[in-house]
Amino acid sequence: MSEATQSPESTEDDVGRRDFLVLATAAVGAVGAASFVWPLVDSMNPSAEVLALSKIEVDLGPIEEGQSITVVWQGKPVFIRRRTKVEISAAVKDDGADLRQKEKDADRTQKPEWLVMIGICTHLGCIPLGQKAVETKGEYGGWFCPCHGSHYDTSGRIRKGPAPLNLEVPKYKFLDDKSIRIG
Amino acid sequence: MRKTVIGVAAAVLITISGQAMASGGIELPKQHWSFEGIFGTYDRGEAQRGLQVYSEVCAGCHGLSLIYYRNLMGLGYTKDQVKAFAAEYEVEDGPNDEGEMYMRPAKPSDRFVNPFPNDKAARAGNNGALPPDLSLVVEARVGGPNYLYNLMAGYVEPPAGVSVMEGMSYNAYYPGHQIAMPSPLSDEAVEYADGTKATVAQMARDVTTFLTWASEPNMEERKGMGIKVLLFLIVLTGMLIAVKKKIWADVH
Amino acid sequence: MSSAPQWKNPVIRWVDERLPVFTYIDHEYNQFPVPKNLNYFWNFGALAMIVLVTMVVTGIVLAMQYTPHVDYAFGSVERIMRDVNYGWLIRYIHMNGGSMFFIIVYIHIFRGLYYGSYKSPRELLWMLGVVILLLMMATAFLGYVLPWGQMSFWGATVITNLFSALPIIGEPIVTWLWGGFAVDNATLNRFFSLHYLMPFVLFAVVGLHVVALHVTGSNNPTGIEIKGPQDSVPFNPYFTAKDSVGLGVFLIFFAYFVFFAPNFFGEVDNYIEANPMQTPPHIVPEWYFLPFYAMLRAITFDVFFIPAKLLGVMVMGASIMILFIVPWLDTSKVRSARYRPVYKWLFWVLVIDCFVLGYVGAKPPEGVLVLMGQLGTAYYFLHFLVIMPIVGKLETPLPLPASISEAVSGGSANSSPSGMEKP
Repeated sequence: MSEATQSPESTEDDVGRRDFLVLATAAVGAVGAASFVWPLVDSMNPSAEVLALSKIEVDLGPIEEGQSITVVWQGKPVFIRRRTKVEISAAVKDDGADLRQKEKDADRTQKPEWLVMIGICTHLGCIPLGQKAVETKGEYGGWFCPCHGSHYDTSGRIRKGPAPLNLEVPKYKFLDDKSIRIG
Repeated sequence: MRKTVIGVAAAVLITISGQAMASGGIELPKQHWSFEGIFGTYDRGEAQRGLQVYSEVCAGCHGLSLIYYRNLMGLGYTKDQVKAFAAEYEVEDGPNDEGEMYMRPAKPSDRFVNPFPNDKAARAGNNGALPPDLSLVVEARVGGPNYLYNLMAGYVEPPAGVSVMEGMSYNAYYPGHQIAMPSPLSDEAVEYADGTKATVAQMARDVTTFLTWASEPNMEERKGMGIKVLLFLIVLTGMLIAVKKKIWADVH
Repeated sequence: MSSAPQWKNPVIRWVDERLPVFTYIDHEYNQFPVPKNLNYFWNFGALAMIVLVTMVVTGIVLAMQYTPHVDYAFGSVERIMRDVNYGWLIRYIHMNGGSMFFIIVYIHIFRGLYYGSYKSPRELLWMLGVVILLLMMATAFLGYVLPWGQMSFWGATVITNLFSALPIIGEPIVTWLWGGFAVDNATLNRFFSLHYLMPFVLFAVVGLHVVALHVTGSNNPTGIEIKGPQDSVPFNPYFTAKDSVGLGVFLIFFAYFVFFAPNFFGEVDNYIEANPMQTPPHIVPEWYFLPFYAMLRAITFDVFFIPAKLLGVMVMGASIMILFIVPWLDTSKVRSARYRPVYKWLFWVLVIDCFVLGYVGAKPPEGVLVLMGQLGTAYYFLHFLVIMPIVGKLETPLPLPASISEAVSGGSANSSPSGMEKP
């Protein structure tokens, strides 16, 4: 502050009151500036039309036993498989096997018949094979990631290869017997 | 200099508002609207009835392509109501695994279904005239809601000596008066669920409120925030003036 | 004047010894001596700077959501308005910010004209300001095209066609500007790129403008230079406080339009998607171009071998170019119009003339308006080319105060300690 313009009669009390006023005003101004920044930041979050697609409903009706479909949810492939009796029992039998990530098959499904998983290899993000009948299903009869050779079993659990985790099960809910909502 | 400047500022505003009225040239009788003024909100009853008028009358020719069904929740409908409303319409989706496009019921995340697949089809179905999309019609016309209301209610017999071309209708408020759209509204054209009597004036009002909402669905958010921002700025400016006075107090 | 401060903080001192940014800031924005009699019209430079920053910040965020393609541009803007979080707010700020920028800069320019801020030694400062105005106009025009509404498209068509007035090279230049044979996708893409580039060029020139200002110091309402320490106060806190008051009032004005009349400065036709097959019945540029547009249209006649079209473009260009030589057109020995009894009124006539031109520019060129536009244009040039040089020579200025502090405290009725001057 400039000493030259400070008039001699201004008392300490005056200065104190002035400093408080300046400080309070600066604080209010700072709050205003911060609330201006928030809309700019929030505009980079997912927009309404993206959020509207963050849940999808899938009709399971047309899927036969032993068939799989892939649906897109939040830009990612979701594997939905109607498993055969053989696949289910193989998966349950392996609950006790030496698993890299221990999960019971019953914890990975809501109804044993239906397996719903995000179809992205937990290693480096490739999409495993095994959805189509003609594709290789790996050594454990589930899915096989061709990028670096990860093998998943009929419950989508990692059994062999570099991937660290089982295929992720998204949040989903049965709306009725034949349809689910993912998200 | 200060007074002169205030005078000049007033002149600017007059000039600019004069400019806003420049086009058109037909005087539009003013209606009172619920969404006017800094505290204005959309009358939900009017807007919901307006949706009914749009769906049953306008939607045959006019799209509303910028609106999603989910937006209707902003008009006070519940999620399930919106879902049911959307499911009445079919949208094309696909291709499916066989590579074919297929029709499915619309979902809240879909846009309002267009009545025509493209502009050419729309012209072909309307004697060569293109029914404009209504998503922004209130913002895209001089006079906004007043124009729309008067247009809807402005179908009258042509004055003596004016001949109306084949396929055109006479409208008191349409620029040039000859409009390709035949009078869309007639008394009891829709049956309101809430028992409101469906006069032409009532339907014109309702559909105008609905389409004003469609033009700017977040107007209420804008005005609400604006009041807070203005109050904040007034307080801040008051404090700034006090600070300035204190600081300058000892300058002679 | 105080010398370089001794920085206590060791980090600041370490940096400052190697790159004296802190000393520079202290010199130019803390201790910098400013005439103590500046009135609130001297707020507008700082306000312009703040609006420029606001435009850049909101623009960067908008560019993240915008799609520069003829098929998607209009829809992407509406997506910003409807679906992007606070997108409507950011776009309305950006859209109205353009108008605010011009309001502020026009007041800033007229303030300079009134108080003779362009006169020696501030000629270069003034000329840099004119460059800023030109860059602003280019930026605003490019930006107005981006929403790809009807006015965007036809504005782009009309303005780029101005270049076709040039003999021989005109047509190839227009084709080159368009990147095609009409305003189309290539045009939109390059306009987006250039609209993003321009503000950075603007920043550079604004930087020079500010450096030049800090060499000569601010002019002031008396037009007399600072003669001693009693005439000035340090920039901080005196003018930081005063500029903040102006900022507060300006933000209230700005917020009113953003929240309660966001489309006041816009044209309804721009809410209709561009249609290359149909021109709107009445096309007008944005309000800040209207006076220049009126001058363009005022030339309805050929002069010798120059066709009206080319002449109109030349006149419009000259109306801005003439500002570059204003420092040499004004022959008065006195800077401030406050002490120029005749010129003071002629200044206001020029202001009114600009409003008349703006009004004419907004209206269809019919009837008496054509003549009004022509007279207005003639007067505009008369002011700069005839009135400025001649009145400066003939007029007897009022006696100048001996110094700024005498003008402030000299007991003259038209000054107040708060600095709110009424000439």
